[in-house]
Amino acid sequence: MSDSSTTQTSATGRDEQSSGRARRFMALLLKESIQIVRDPSSILMAFVLPLILLFLFGYGVSLDATVVRIGVAVEEMNEPAQSLAAAFRGSRYFRVKEVRDRRQLMPLMVSGEIRGIVVIPAKFGTDVSRGVTESQIQVIADGTDPNTAKFVQNYVQGVWNVWAAARGADGAMGLLTLEPRFWFNPELKSQYFLVPGSIAIVMALVGTLLTALVVAREWERGTMEAMMATPISTFELIAGKLLPYFLLGLGSMAMCTAVAVFLFGVPLRGSFLALVAISAAFLFPALGQGLLISSATKNQFVASQAALLSGFLPAMLLSGFIYEIDSMPKIIQLVTYIVPAKYLIASLQTVFIAGDIWPLFAREMAAMIAIGMVFLFLTARTTRKSLE
Amino acid sequence: MWRRLRALIVKELLAVLRDRRSRFILIGPPLLQIFLFSYAATLDVTNIQMGVLNRDAGRWSAEFLERIDGAPAFRRIINFTSQQQVAEAINNRRVVAVLEFNPDFSRDISAGRQAQAQLLLDGRRSNAAQIIAGYLTTIASDISRDISVSLSGETASEPRTPIASRYWFNPNLDDFWYIVPSLMGTLALLLSLVVTGQSVARERELGTFDQLMVSPLRVTEILIGKTLPPLIIGLVQISAFLCVAVFFFQVPFRGSLVLLYLGAIFFLASTIGVGLFISSLSQTQQQAFLGAFLFTAPAILLSGFATPVENMPGWLQVITMADPLRHFLVIVRGVFLKGMPAIDVAANILPLCLIAIFTLTTAGWLFRSRIE
Repeated sequence: MSDSSTTQTSATGRDEQSSGRARRFMALLLKESIQIVRDPSSILMAFVLPLILLFLFGYGVSLDATVVRIGVAVEEMNEPAQSLAAAFRGSRYFRVKEVRDRRQLMPLMVSGEIRGIVVIPAKFGTDVSRGVTESQIQVIADGTDPNTAKFVQNYVQGVWNVWAAARGADGAMGLLTLEPRFWFNPELKSQYFLVPGSIAIVMALVGTLLTALVVAREWERGTMEAMMATPISTFELIAGKLLPYFLLGLGSMAMCTAVAVFLFGVPLRGSFLALVAISAAFLFPALGQGLLISSATKNQFVASQAALLSGFLPAMLLSGFIYEIDSMPKIIQLVTYIVPAKYLIASLQTVFIAGDIWPLFAREMAAMIAIGMVFLFLTARTTRKSLE
Repeated sequence: MWRRLRALIVKELLAVLRDRRSRFILIGPPLLQIFLFSYAATLDVTNIQMGVLNRDAGRWSAEFLERIDGAPAFRRIINFTSQQQVAEAINNRRVVAVLEFNPDFSRDISAGRQAQAQLLLDGRRSNAAQIIAGYLTTIASDISRDISVSLSGETASEPRTPIASRYWFNPNLDDFWYIVPSLMGTLALLLSLVVTGQSVARERELGTFDQLMVSPLRVTEILIGKTLPPLIIGLVQISAFLCVAVFFFQVPFRGSLVLLYLGAIFFLASTIGVGLFISSLSQTQQQAFLGAFLFTAPAILLSGFATPVENMPGWLQVITMADPLRHFLVIVRGVFLKGMPAIDVAANILPLCLIAIFTLTTAGWLFRSRIE
């Protein structure tokens, strides 16, 4: 069929040429779609992999330290010391191991069984009864994990404040107080920003990995070269590859959204239209990156590694998902500008928990499409060059 | 038998190292990553851009802003003049936090009345927002203490918080000390799965695995031949990371090198076992890669690399016991910073050993059963 259409196009006028092109393109689309449907691994990548990852992110990644194990050394048994120790035991943030001698706790800290030690010194009881606060409570936190160490310090301080206030030790409130209000997320649920962030990472992975692997396989098997020998232009070839995966990516996104809203209870405050627009804009650079990797490497092994290293890890570490971009060194901040997931995360967090803020969406979408264009341009160049 | 085995090992090493591109994959990206990610992965919040809507002309709001300016957490303060500007800046993520002073803020303080400043924070970045709220609350209470001291004219009655804080193992809470050793383990996991995940699947795709099976080599010999080369490559990589960590990032190495390498050998054996297991289950390279990835992503997430295992729900913590990286991270962090004694290292080597035995024997069994 394609043979007859080529001979026709070379002979006849412009109208038929364009209709022949449309037919050729449809045939190409059909071929790519059948290939996706037949190949279980693309379905696995587009639907099963995201589900597994989303579950893991949703349950496994949490920055709220829920319960920290600490040791409390009560060096002298008396009423105030016991009452303070009881306050630690009663706190829902701590699981407490209580001993009399701090030296018992040190090996536990080394083995990682406890994350902090609170020492209530021998003089503490008498000092409190006399109304002075000279003897200090020592807090020793495990600095190997700085984040948890800070949590331990803050929670200990919190327990102390409540205990001291209840005892009426010092109730004088400062003249100047701050009234913090958290917009969009007043209960400060970290799932609210982690789940949209995870969707971004899953999409970055699926979009890039999917195309990189599938197209690299075609290069390896030589079917790509067979395609290039047909009258199909480079542009049509790339578009024909992109479109089916684009739809697959959108389907994958729809599934992720459903999981986020119905399972994790993340609100979707923005419009559905905005969500679709954002996802569509992101799939440009993601698929473009995958295509570029595959046509630059032409080898499944190298392509898979390149997709992981340039797609998954940057999306996780350099996108503002867990680590604040503002806090990174300047050079690395510059690198983050070419990580498409950065823009997706900003937009997804907004569309989920803030609502439709179109100026922000427009800015982030423009950046994503621009990166996508660069990738596609580079792909077109390497694809053409490779045949010469 | 030794000659046969040596030939197989040399062949396996060549299979990985001969190709220029796969050689590069083993050296270039890991080194780049350890630098890039070490600098990127900080949970600290610094260099933040914040906004101020100051409707107070008095001295106390000025004092507050001056103190913010001096703190390293904040890079720049943007002045807003209306509520609308504030809302726009937060919505568009230009600022994470905006401090708002009422017109009679300073007057209230001077008159000895309670004064309140509003702090608006972007809940989309709730982690950073909470940390910023913490910084600003500390500044506020510092100021109010200074005020009450200057108002009452006395200094001695100051109620000091009777809590003395110290951090063991990492007194300045240096993030590099935490992230660089952890990255060592994570990158080693990625790389050993890269090398082994493909080894059997590729041979199967090419048909050379059948040739290997009909050769005089026994299954155990094939298994050893497939395990040792990636183990050697992995140890070389870990040594390279170790040098970068100690000499470039200046992470103190307080424990025993022998214990670290012992842990590394068992860790690599268990990840190679997983890789071979996945590889011998798959028919094509693509399946092998997917399988390896389906293992790697959870293994990293559940290892305590980015967020502590203790924060996970209980049932998930049980699952993390099967994750080799989780145990190795305890060993690396412990040996580096805590000078972990042999008994604690052994307690973490034991599960690695069990994982290795299980996966390697299953892989060997799969080699054979696939042939029959």
